[in-house]
Amino acid sequence: MNALPWTIYVSFAGAALALLAGNRAASVARTVALATALAGLALALVAAAAFKPGPGLQTLVDVPWIAEFGIRYHLAVDGISLTLIVLTGIAATAGVLFSWNIKERTGEFFALYLALIGGVYGVFLSADAFVFFVYYEIAIVPKYFLIAIWGSTNREYGAMKLVLYSFAGSALVLAGLLWAYAASGANSFAVADLAAAGAQLSPGVQQGIFALVFTGFAVLAGMFPFHTWAPTGHVAAPTAASMLLAGVVMKLGAYGCLRVALPLFPAGFVYWQPVIATLAIAGILYAGCIALVQEDFKFVIGYSSVSHMGFVILGLAAANSQAVGGAVLQMFSHGIIAGLLFAVVGRMVYERTHTRQFSDLRKLPLHKTMPFAALTFVLAGLASMGMPGFSGFPAELTILIGTWKTAPLWAGFAGFGILIAAAFTLRAVQVSFFGSTEPAGPAPAAPHDPHPDFEPITWPEKAGALLLIATTVYIGLKPDVLLDWITPALRSPLFQAVLKGGQL
Amino acid sequence: MTPNYLSLLHALLPEASLVLGALVVLGFDLIVGRRHDLAQRTVYATVLGLLAVAAAVYHSYDARLDGEVFGGVFILDSLALATRVGVLLLTALTLALLPGVTRVKQPAEYVAIVLLATTGFTLMAIAQQLLVAFLALELASLSLYILAGFDRSRPESAEAALKYFLLGGISAAFLLFGFSLLYGLTGSIALPEIARQLSVQAMSPLLLAAVLMTVVAFGFKAAAAPFHLWAPDVYQGAPPTSAALIASGSKLAGLVMFTRLLWSGVGPSAGSVATFDVVPGWVPAVALAAVASLLIGNLGAIAQTNVRRLLAYSAIAHAGVLLLGVIVAGKFGPAALVYYAGTYGLATVGAFGVVAVLDAAGVGGSFADLAGLRQRSPLLAFCLVVFLLSLAGIPPLAGFFGKFAVFTAALKLNGLASWAGWLSIFAIAMSAVGLYYYLLVLKNAVVIPGRPDAAPIKVPVAAATALLLATALLLLLGLFPSVVLRAVS
Repeated sequence: MNALPWTIYVSFAGAALALLAGNRAASVARTVALATALAGLALALVAAAAFKPGPGLQTLVDVPWIAEFGIRYHLAVDGISLTLIVLTGIAATAGVLFSWNIKERTGEFFALYLALIGGVYGVFLSADAFVFFVYYEIAIVPKYFLIAIWGSTNREYGAMKLVLYSFAGSALVLAGLLWAYAASGANSFAVADLAAAGAQLSPGVQQGIFALVFTGFAVLAGMFPFHTWAPTGHVAAPTAASMLLAGVVMKLGAYGCLRVALPLFPAGFVYWQPVIATLAIAGILYAGCIALVQEDFKFVIGYSSVSHMGFVILGLAAANSQAVGGAVLQMFSHGIIAGLLFAVVGRMVYERTHTRQFSDLRKLPLHKTMPFAALTFVLAGLASMGMPGFSGFPAELTILIGTWKTAPLWAGFAGFGILIAAAFTLRAVQVSFFGSTEPAGPAPAAPHDPHPDFEPITWPEKAGALLLIATTVYIGLKPDVLLDWITPALRSPLFQAVLKGGQL
Repeated sequence: MTPNYLSLLHALLPEASLVLGALVVLGFDLIVGRRHDLAQRTVYATVLGLLAVAAAVYHSYDARLDGEVFGGVFILDSLALATRVGVLLLTALTLALLPGVTRVKQPAEYVAIVLLATTGFTLMAIAQQLLVAFLALELASLSLYILAGFDRSRPESAEAALKYFLLGGISAAFLLFGFSLLYGLTGSIALPEIARQLSVQAMSPLLLAAVLMTVVAFGFKAAAAPFHLWAPDVYQGAPPTSAALIASGSKLAGLVMFTRLLWSGVGPSAGSVATFDVVPGWVPAVALAAVASLLIGNLGAIAQTNVRRLLAYSAIAHAGVLLLGVIVAGKFGPAALVYYAGTYGLATVGAFGVVAVLDAAGVGGSFADLAGLRQRSPLLAFCLVVFLLSLAGIPPLAGFFGKFAVFTAALKLNGLASWAGWLSIFAIAMSAVGLYYYLLVLKNAVVIPGRPDAAPIKVPVAAATALLLATALLLLLGLFPSVVLRAVS
């Protein structure tokens, strides 16, 4: 348990090592990165095995940091953060496997990648709002370089847009947190202390601060209408970065909403609850419809991420323990599934066919030339649509049931969103992999491969895909593994204040 | 008052070391330097200059915190000590950039004048009397004018010096006029006595004029809008090491001197922006200058394509935050301000250090010229990333905590029920703009590949040490800000 903070330090140390190793040989940097990611995952799993679920945070480290400002270096874990730490470990490992073919500036790539991972671990472990914010910002800058250097389509634009959205969001968060901190007498950044002080403020002020902090985090969670950075950024990013962005970084935003914004100002939340739910539903439906008409394979996945993250925000807005528990489960589930989808599109398909346009892919019999990719994508698509047996099903179902308890109308709209998701996913599966199933004339004996230049799927790709598929199936079959961690955590007083306050 | 010359000498030993060092540098070059080439003379001058700075640091600590010295002309408090050490460190970093980098043909004279400017800085840090403050400021300013024009091979350098001198002269005239009015109103040039007299005087038009004239000179020194117009040309035209000193040590010393002057001298006439009902005084004027600086600095920086001009506009933007720090220093002490100004100085010296090395290697000053820097010198690229991200306020680098401390103090004044609170919100919003233009520079330095035939850039050992030291300090002070905060309690 107490080894969990080492996920952060190991990642940063791995980043430095990878940078140094990159000067010698790319393969060393790769190995260092994989070892680091695996070490993080192992630490997370060991901690998970020893984890005893309970309400409230279990402190890992708590020492004074900046005494003048009452800031403590306080790391702690509960079921919710543990879920996301395991997700980070898995996504990080898979991401390294899918960037095994990075040849240009390999050391720097993995250094930035691992620095980003370290920041993400830090956010999930922070119990002090200041520490939380510091790690949150550490995770911003590596994204710019990852996308701008190793990205594809319109990468400099996408990178800058993504980083400025993230940074503007974090500026809102900082403004809100400082406001709350100053109003609370500026003695402590502990979320509980800030919440106690926040409750003393006038309702108008609480609504104001909540709006700042929640919007700031929701930008990163891809909430409509602040989502536009997500598709462009995801599309521009190299495969591993897309996987991390959609898989983990968007969760930072949702996690910030849940961990900081909601408990801090329950009264402010009640005021904004209908607005948040409306925006969440708008995001689910709008992004889903946009995904339906995209011609670029990766944009479909990018918009689908926004749509699926809408479910997370809807779960938070519904504010009962079932919906919020489902939202956390959906964070985990979407992290795995989005990673898988981006891996297929970005690594398996695009780096072999060098096109992502449906009009081009339609002409290629990819299900024949890349059966493994096709199989993986079909499975990932099924999971993404919320088919039973995959993690998306229990997650979205729990959210919908929870939402129904709060407001049946919201659940109805969101249910319609699942239909749209099925539509755009099936379209992508059909057009991209099974576009030309009817060759003209009688099928020849195919003595020669029409596309011999497609290199076969490599072992790191297979290993990464298997890791992600196994996870989504395992959680699909046994969601209780995670829900048993998450649900007790929601019984802590901080969450109860907002979950009760949030009942309509 | 019985003048105690022995204690005065003890208190001023740092300054004495610096002046003595300047003389030694000149004498050594005169006697020994003639037999050596320019590179060696530069090394000698630098080493002697660094020794003088080291002696000054030692004596600064040795002088301890004696309180008022020589009848209150000087004050040795924790603020004075921290500022002295801060400006000496910044000077040392600047000096270390010289060997193998600078184009200056008279290294001994250059180092001697840097030391004299530093003498002015350290005196500004301890001055508690109008006359001494003015003399210290002028000693520093006159030295800086010369340093700005030191590169006689480039007309831009002369232009920079002339602009700096003319505007600096005007601002000095304003300051002197303000001081004379203050003297006329209070009958004293000692800050505590001025404060005593002003606390029983109501705000009068004459007093307001005196205070505002002081603020004008302050705004010039801090490169705050609307007194910023000199900054882009000087930063661009002056030799990079001179610009580094103007942007770092000079700024730290100036801020501390004016903060002392404004709060412990003219504090009773401060006025207030801690509510929405503005009380007239110098604080509202400084707040207006802060807003203007944040706006002009950040928006102006977006349009820049030259690294040095960008640093100038970024300096203007940072001046906005620094002025906010001055406003809150009255209630919460100057710790946040000193931290911010000091770490800003570190990052700026570093950034100008990179510029200086590039300049020596024949790399132009525009963003596009930076392309491929990562391949040509990984060290410079890495350091530039750290310096600019610190300026942008990205944790865990020191620039972030500086902003955090200042904004928190401003919000503690009266939350958002005050202009000061909204000013800090505005500054937070502007920091998002800041990241954009810093990333534009870094995009060229790190992302865009250079020409394949571009030669690697050699970084001299001393400069590399200075840059790495600044990098390490930015990281360490960012992780452990309490070190500075406790020193200025």
